[in-house]
Amino acid sequence: MSFELGGQTFTSRLILGTGGAANLHVLEQAIRASGTELVTVALRRVGTAPGSTGGLLELLDRCGVRLLPNTAGCHTATEAVKVARLARDAFDTDWIKLEVIGDERTLLPDGVELLRAAEELVADGFTVLPYTSDDPVLARRLADVGCAAVMPAGSPIGSGLGVGNPHHIRLIRQGVDVPVILDAGIGTASDAALAMELGCDGVLLASAVTRAADPVAMATAMRYAVEAGRLAAGAGRIARRFHALASTPDAGRPEL
Amino acid sequence: MELTVNGAGRSVATDLSVADLVSDIVAHPRGVAVAVNGEVVPRADWPARVLRDGDRVEVLTAAQGG
Repeated sequence: MSFELGGQTFTSRLILGTGGAANLHVLEQAIRASGTELVTVALRRVGTAPGSTGGLLELLDRCGVRLLPNTAGCHTATEAVKVARLARDAFDTDWIKLEVIGDERTLLPDGVELLRAAEELVADGFTVLPYTSDDPVLARRLADVGCAAVMPAGSPIGSGLGVGNPHHIRLIRQGVDVPVILDAGIGTASDAALAMELGCDGVLLASAVTRAADPVAMATAMRYAVEAGRLAAGAGRIARRFHALASTPDAGRPEL
Repeated sequence: MELTVNGAGRSVATDLSVADLVSDIVAHPRGVAVAVNGEVVPRADWPARVLRDGDRVEVLTAAQGG
């Protein structure tokens, strides 16, 4: 079940975002329940945003997870590249979840700025994991410039709408030879399982767990959903049929 | 002299370095990054980088985020 991402081997294919958790205690329990080994963090002014008053890094240390800083909130390549470099300096990691937002209402990425930032960061030695749209061509371009994975949105961030265009996710999977991580839009366990059944190598989600009524139960559900979806993807599902096909044979039926 | 630190005005002594300012703001500099006037100042340069009147300083750290 393990997979390679950015030259590292992971057992869990679930990447968990920390945004939206009510407090650090719940977050820690959810991280542990999810079984994740890679967790995102943002970079914000000291003492302002949730988690920035201290304790978040220590929590992640205790959980033994690897850190994936993001460039959330950036709207231009220039800004995102600076935030990535600040994150590298702060967290001693050259891994970056690259986000360059192009639209305020949907928080969908700006493909032009994203590609430009990805190119610059790859050249600077970063392991770039770009949050992208479900456009197969853009995903291929991102892989071509050296991104370590592509992370298409299933649907807008925090929307819980699931995988809006399964066909495009399949096309992305077929079109690149780097890992495909379904990022954003997951609402519940079946969405995560579907993403994996479509051939994704992993799932990144935050709100679905952190904003669930019971984050720990949902984190557990997501852990199993990702595993179940992965197993099903490789298990060769039956073809869809219009009519029934009895599983119990007619042969040997008694005459009564 | 006057600085703008994380968007707020702050009066400080002259010849304050970035390292001095960071230690005034956070107890432990782990997980902290600094930009001055929009440019990244790498951790290794903090002690030598002296701040100037009017500098805009961002002192950043880990926060919850997807």
